[in-house]
Amino acid sequence: MTVPGLSRSLIPDRTWNFFMDAIIFAGLFALVYAIVAVARYWFSAPVAAVEISLSPTAIPRYAFYSLVRMIVAYLLSLVFAIAYGYIAAYNARVEAGMLAVLDILQSIPVLSFLPGVMLAMVSLFPSRQLGVEFGSILLIFTGQVWNMAFSFYASLKALPRELVEASRVYRFGAMQRFLQLELPQGTIGLVWNSMVSVAGGWFFLMACEMFVLGKRDFRLPGLGSYLQSAASAGDTAAIIWGVAAMIGVVVLIDQLVWRPAIAWSDKFKQEQVESSAAHSSAVLNLLRKSPLLTRLRAGVTSPLMERIYSSAAHRPAEEKSQASPWQRAFVALAGIIALLAILYGVYQGLQLLKGITTAEFVTTLESAGATWLRVIAALAIASAWTIPAGVAIGFSPRLARIAQPLAQIAASVPATALFPVLLLGLISLGGGLNTGSILLMLLGTQWYILFNVIAGAIAIPSEFREVADIFRFGRIDRWRTVILPAIFPYLVTGLVTASGGAWNASIVAEYFHFKGQVLSTFGLGAEISSATDSGNFALLLLSTIVMATLVVSVNRLVWRPLYRRAETRYRMEA
Amino acid sequence: MPDPLIEARQVEKFYDQPSDNRIQVIAPLDLAIYSGEILTLLGPSGSGKSTLLRILTGLSPASSGQVLWHGSPVNGPCENVSIVFQSFALFPWLTVIENVEAPLKARGISPGGRFARSLRVLDAVGLDGFENAYPKELSGGMKQRVGFARALVVEPEVLFMDEPFSSLDVLTAENLRSELLELWEDKKMPTRAVFIVTHNIEEAVLLGDRIVVLGKNPGRIRTDFRVDLPRPRDRKHPRFTRIVDYIYQVLTQPDTDHVLPATGPASGSPQPASGSPQSDRRPKYPMLPHARTGGIAGFLEILADHNGREDVYRLADLLSFEIDDLLPIVEGAALLGFVKLTEGDAEITPAGLEFTHADILRQKELFRNAALEHVALLKQIKSALESKSDHTLSDEFFHDILDEHFSEEETVRQLETAINWGRYAELFDHDSERKRFFLPEETPGDPPNVEVGTET
Repeated sequence: MTVPGLSRSLIPDRTWNFFMDAIIFAGLFALVYAIVAVARYWFSAPVAAVEISLSPTAIPRYAFYSLVRMIVAYLLSLVFAIAYGYIAAYNARVEAGMLAVLDILQSIPVLSFLPGVMLAMVSLFPSRQLGVEFGSILLIFTGQVWNMAFSFYASLKALPRELVEASRVYRFGAMQRFLQLELPQGTIGLVWNSMVSVAGGWFFLMACEMFVLGKRDFRLPGLGSYLQSAASAGDTAAIIWGVAAMIGVVVLIDQLVWRPAIAWSDKFKQEQVESSAAHSSAVLNLLRKSPLLTRLRAGVTSPLMERIYSSAAHRPAEEKSQASPWQRAFVALAGIIALLAILYGVYQGLQLLKGITTAEFVTTLESAGATWLRVIAALAIASAWTIPAGVAIGFSPRLARIAQPLAQIAASVPATALFPVLLLGLISLGGGLNTGSILLMLLGTQWYILFNVIAGAIAIPSEFREVADIFRFGRIDRWRTVILPAIFPYLVTGLVTASGGAWNASIVAEYFHFKGQVLSTFGLGAEISSATDSGNFALLLLSTIVMATLVVSVNRLVWRPLYRRAETRYRMEA
Repeated sequence: MPDPLIEARQVEKFYDQPSDNRIQVIAPLDLAIYSGEILTLLGPSGSGKSTLLRILTGLSPASSGQVLWHGSPVNGPCENVSIVFQSFALFPWLTVIENVEAPLKARGISPGGRFARSLRVLDAVGLDGFENAYPKELSGGMKQRVGFARALVVEPEVLFMDEPFSSLDVLTAENLRSELLELWEDKKMPTRAVFIVTHNIEEAVLLGDRIVVLGKNPGRIRTDFRVDLPRPRDRKHPRFTRIVDYIYQVLTQPDTDHVLPATGPASGSPQPASGSPQSDRRPKYPMLPHARTGGIAGFLEILADHNGREDVYRLADLLSFEIDDLLPIVEGAALLGFVKLTEGDAEITPAGLEFTHADILRQKELFRNAALEHVALLKQIKSALESKSDHTLSDEFFHDILDEHFSEEETVRQLETAINWGRYAELFDHDSERKRFFLPEETPGDPPNVEVGTET
């Protein structure tokens, strides 16, 4: 810039860029150290139950270990989700089956995977800490992967026809098609679902890091274990430290990762005109300005991508090469092996279930009923306050500006971290876990409803409200003829997510180690948790099947028809 | 005659039905694209013109017949063609230059060469300075320029365009059309032939060296002739309007074959119209034109104002309608016996005149009578409902009857139109929630004992 008067105003900008570079550089350095530290820890001799120190000074190390677990689990989920979605979307023969599997897996609570995953991993790496660690990571993975897979599948299915045709007529190779068409199309869905998934990961972190499996005690160094140990010991100061640390980490990640990711993913919107309400993130803007990253891109990433493209060029994805007989035989063989494995699994499962007495069976059904009632109660209470609050926020831009960021922070705090604090309060009030667990479910799931109702209320065309004003609708008429029908599709979406979340939350909400004893109440979640604790695999299997069946059938019989109704009758059409 | 670049031989498209019938989208036809011509393919909606484009490019396979590319059969997308899409089909996450570079990337061209070539093409279409914009920041016309640039950057032998101007406003479209012609006339693009699908008759005559008109249900070639008006073409020129008029005649009279009019020295190879054999295994089911009743009433009013007779082409011009908008209305009015079509003119009948003079209730009555007399589907729905004791039938029932004759999409549209007409005529009503047809409470007149000729 040669205009002298302007140069001063450029200074802060430049300083920031340098500052940003310094931060990025330091970050890379720290990353290298972190990898070394993690590697040393992972390949050390296995210690199943680490002694957890309750001193606040230990918190940074625990937070670091938890974070590494979350990151690895998330990356695994991402790769798996993309692969699963891709296969399901492009292979008509397995599509329906793969979707049904997703539906069922999504309804199975994390703890039900625990024994299988843990025992398998420990026996796979008997002499390294890696086994235990990987078990915990896989547990987190099972809690977050399914909705991401579904999201990617759905966006592949929604690829605009003419874009697909353009990529075909211009002879994109499989790699280019993936990088320039399929992945961008799926990005927005993946980002939002990643946020939900990772939030779910934090929610179940305590359950994934510290648990008893029959006679074996597993305790991994991490924030989750810290919180649980603090709760068991009844150390109020440590509980508060732990909760504060967890909230801090979650809010930090929200600001440093998810906000920038959302703002960045705006460019993948399928829109023809630029919308005025674009997301923005200060962090992203700084990152974009960083000279170091720009140089990295020009020097490393771009040439690398070029290599990939040019090696993949001239090999159109099109060429419908006839599968060779060998290939076909291989596929058939794989299919047969998979089928045999499934049959064997079913047989073993049935053998296991033989040990269940009729009384146990009846108890399981009864406990399922109890949990169901709790889920309904939690949804009802959540709806009762979130619908009016959400509509009020949605109707008033001023209120929205204040309330929405607050609600987002509140929602990002994993409710499980607050359990110990709440339990302290509940016990001092003399309440038990029976009603307490409803409160805990509520904490975890009400946000889904709130955010959807806000979105729905914002989407109501102002003409509708003007009609209601002009014809002097009373309060009841206003709600019945304008507001409720208009927010219905959003409300259903929120309720579906909340209902799934409440079922899943029951396993931690109904059963809790606190002050050296087990607090629990009668319910399916408590049954699953205690079965895991005591290593009663037959009961664990039975209660898992009952829960999955319940959740899937409620989805099919209640939510799906409501969804369809929302899509047809209550859809706003331009 | 030189060898064609692309040639379709006895190409047809149909969808097999579980029963013996099949839904014929395109009847077997022959079509060849020669070097040095702009071929415009014209047809009403449902004539399968976009489908034909996709078959010729190799994007979608023909149900039977063959597409030859320089004499050898095509299997999968052709080696060296481009398509300009109606919806632009730009990748919203790529910048203008990245969009244009993408096809070159697919061919493994080095970054440097790619960039230079793309810039050159962007320059040619007047987009210099916009390289780093994202498509959503551009106006419709600019977006379509990017579409052009992307199509031209691979130097295609044949440039296909699928209604390239129909999502643009009138002025932008006019501007882009003349720029396309400029590129073509000045040989600024290495393309040897251009194939444009359109439903705008004037556009076809403005651009085409050769015009092919498709008829519908099933799609078949109605006429194929050369236009040798000098460029730039003048819309007001008598020969121009004669050609437009002739195309209207072809389009408005579905059942007679046409002889070429005197379009000057009609050279080239005018193929005999609808010379292609048609696999007619059963009498065709009469198709309801997709016209709203309000549109028909309005059309009759306007026609009455023009002393009861007017050229359809002039009417379209007057209303600034395109044929896809106006033709169904004209056909609907003709089907009901309210107008008569002769030589591209629409003439109001006494019944039509009575309709325009009647009040709302009487109009409904006249419409009802005309519908029951002329429209098989409405008659069929009414008598089917009357033959049921509870006077109600599910959508599926009629759906099953119709999808023997029409594609799924068309079946839905047929039912939608039938519901619109039936409601207006108060012949029957429909509950979209429960997906059922039913008779209104008091049905005027006595239920005629018409046999329901339907099989399931």
